[in-house]
Amino acid sequence: MEFFITTALNGLSYGLMLFMLSAGLTLTFSMMGVLNFAHASFYMLGAYVGFSIAHAWGFWAALLLAPLAVGVAGALFERFCLRRVHALGHVPELLVTFGLSYIVLETVQLVWGRSALDFSPPPSLQGPAFTLVHRAGEGLHAVWGAPPDGVCSAADAALRVSCSPFPATRALMVLVALLMLALIAALLTRTRTGLVVRAALTHPEMVNSLGHDLPRLYMLLFGAGTALAALAGVVGGSTYLTEPAMAASMGAMVFVVVVVGGLGSLSGAFAASLLIGLLQTAAAAADVVVLSGVTLARLAPALPFVLMLLMLVLRPQGLLGRSSA
Amino acid sequence: MVWPLCAVLLALAPLIFSGSFALALLSQMGIAIVACLSFNLLFGQGGMLSFGHAVYAGLGGFVAMHALNAFSAGAGWLPVSLVPLCGGLGGLAFALVFAYPSTRRAGSSFAMITLGLGELVYALTALLPGFFGGEAGIAGNRVNGHVVLGVSFGPAIELYYLLALYTLVCALLMYLFTRTPLGQMLQAVRDNPQRVASIGYDPQRVRYLAMLLAGFFAGISGGMAALHFEIVNAEAVGSARSAAYLVFTVLGGTASFAGPVLGGVLMVLCTVLLSAWTKAWLLYLGLGFVLVVVYAPGGLAGVLAQQLRLVRSGHLLRLLPWYGALAACAAVALWGVALAIEMLYHQQLHAASGSAFAFLGLALDTATPGSWLTALGLFLAGGLPGLWLYPRCAARYAQAHAEAGLHAQPAVARGIW
Repeated sequence: MEFFITTALNGLSYGLMLFMLSAGLTLTFSMMGVLNFAHASFYMLGAYVGFSIAHAWGFWAALLLAPLAVGVAGALFERFCLRRVHALGHVPELLVTFGLSYIVLETVQLVWGRSALDFSPPPSLQGPAFTLVHRAGEGLHAVWGAPPDGVCSAADAALRVSCSPFPATRALMVLVALLMLALIAALLTRTRTGLVVRAALTHPEMVNSLGHDLPRLYMLLFGAGTALAALAGVVGGSTYLTEPAMAASMGAMVFVVVVVGGLGSLSGAFAASLLIGLLQTAAAAADVVVLSGVTLARLAPALPFVLMLLMLVLRPQGLLGRSSA
Repeated sequence: MVWPLCAVLLALAPLIFSGSFALALLSQMGIAIVACLSFNLLFGQGGMLSFGHAVYAGLGGFVAMHALNAFSAGAGWLPVSLVPLCGGLGGLAFALVFAYPSTRRAGSSFAMITLGLGELVYALTALLPGFFGGEAGIAGNRVNGHVVLGVSFGPAIELYYLLALYTLVCALLMYLFTRTPLGQMLQAVRDNPQRVASIGYDPQRVRYLAMLLAGFFAGISGGMAALHFEIVNAEAVGSARSAAYLVFTVLGGTASFAGPVLGGVLMVLCTVLLSAWTKAWLLYLGLGFVLVVVYAPGGLAGVLAQQLRLVRSGHLLRLLPWYGALAACAAVALWGVALAIEMLYHQQLHAASGSAFAFLGLALDTATPGSWLTALGLFLAGGLPGLWLYPRCAARYAQAHAEAGLHAQPAVARGIW
């Protein structure tokens, strides 16, 4: 039982992490029509910048400042590079972001080196957030933080006790993602800026002629999207691994999420993120032999892509996408 | 007229570049040209931007290698010269399967789907060691004792002429394809799928057929590579290879048929020569790619075509001094940038071997400020006059264009995007 709960929680945290990335990607795509290939590169940049800031001023400062710094970088990129090719159409826009992913990767390796960094979370986040304790006869209950001494080791050898800790970094991931989700929702539905953004989604020319500075709005939105990616990077980099390959692996996964959820659909991205997070975590944790000698855990990295293929054959517009070709 | 000239060029090239290394480079260029042309069949002709084109080339390579090994082991009869064709059929077979889900969506979705497919196939290489040979890959030997018409493919020159023949025939076939009704329809689908649908064609079906053809030719290039390197490993289907096809095709130019040919040549020059010369080559490549996409969306072929039109109208001559001055400024500025980049790389990668090294004829020392100031000085010495020259040069270029009665042509098809 506790295995299912921890797997589900791990899957949930990973899924929410995917959503932090796919939300920014979806927002910029549906608004500007730009598929930001470098989105995962900004995620990586967030992790590396966060690492350096955490070294100087601590982890919590990094959580705040790294997204700001990367967001500014993203906005500048939009202003001075992306905007120049906007008139040429969406292919050059995608290509420019693709070229940027090369540059970011090389720059990161140039500044921080080619091997993985030791980006460990602060001491307050290194323990478990809570521990599920299962004692035979007493059932399942949760203990905040690390369990007290002696809880996990039974005095009586016949009594079976098992403890499953849930890492605090993953709890932070869930918390940050949910806060971010609430913040986006509030911004989009409750503020004047959100109103303009939503109007620009469907009627950009009208918004422009009503006197709103559309290019500036695009720049801010692109910056916000990259900042979200960087925020995910700080959390993800300290939880998983901060290495030069993190952009490529996460980038492919985010694209799968967006295709499965339906391109341009925020709620679809949310559903697909959770679905893929749970699926992959469950498959990696499961001890099931599928074919001769191949376990489900070994297949886990390929599963999201198989899901994407199935989705394309059965429902090409994605979970919640619109059905136009 | 162009095609016989190409044939003569291919036939004479090994006489001029006769070393074994040069011959290997020429063979690889042929392979890259076929791959880039097949990529552009999708992207340039059909508006389908693929991030997973190496899947078809790589799988074709594996199929070709298995065919070669089966033949060497005595199963059936297959001349070595037909091995690339096996690769093509392999690429076609996989395209038959993968093209269906890929072409269900166009535009940005297509790009993401191909990326996902590429990752899927790459993940499978670890799971199916029987077919992919695990980390080591599958090796073979093209000299397997079967001599057809006195050709054993032992000497590199014999292989070169086989690969050159494949390059020429494939390029010609792909060129002829653009002249067929299907090829014309593909361009129509790229530019306006709604209109194509309304006159009774199925855009999805046209895209599907185009992808089959692209998969076939990509597979041939994979089979050619299998013969040349005599080994195929998982890297051949990886995302880095797919990205390389994309980058160099765009650098060469997607709007003309010559673009991918230039791209293929550039690909070999960069991946073999530039990467051996400097560790920072991917950074240069990324910067160059972004510059080309922003300032010369037609790629190298587009730039050359524009100059060629000015040559025909006789306006190029008076622009040449401006070009020369601008190029000199750019070269000096880039020299400074390259020095700084190389010093940064040296600091990061070779710090243990001391702070002094030589680059482009300059002795550098990352520990002294003098070297950094030299880099900055070169950058400013080239950059400042360049900034002054550029708008003046551009104005004269525009004037020459207008006088010649030329109009700027759209370098990239916007199409379904």
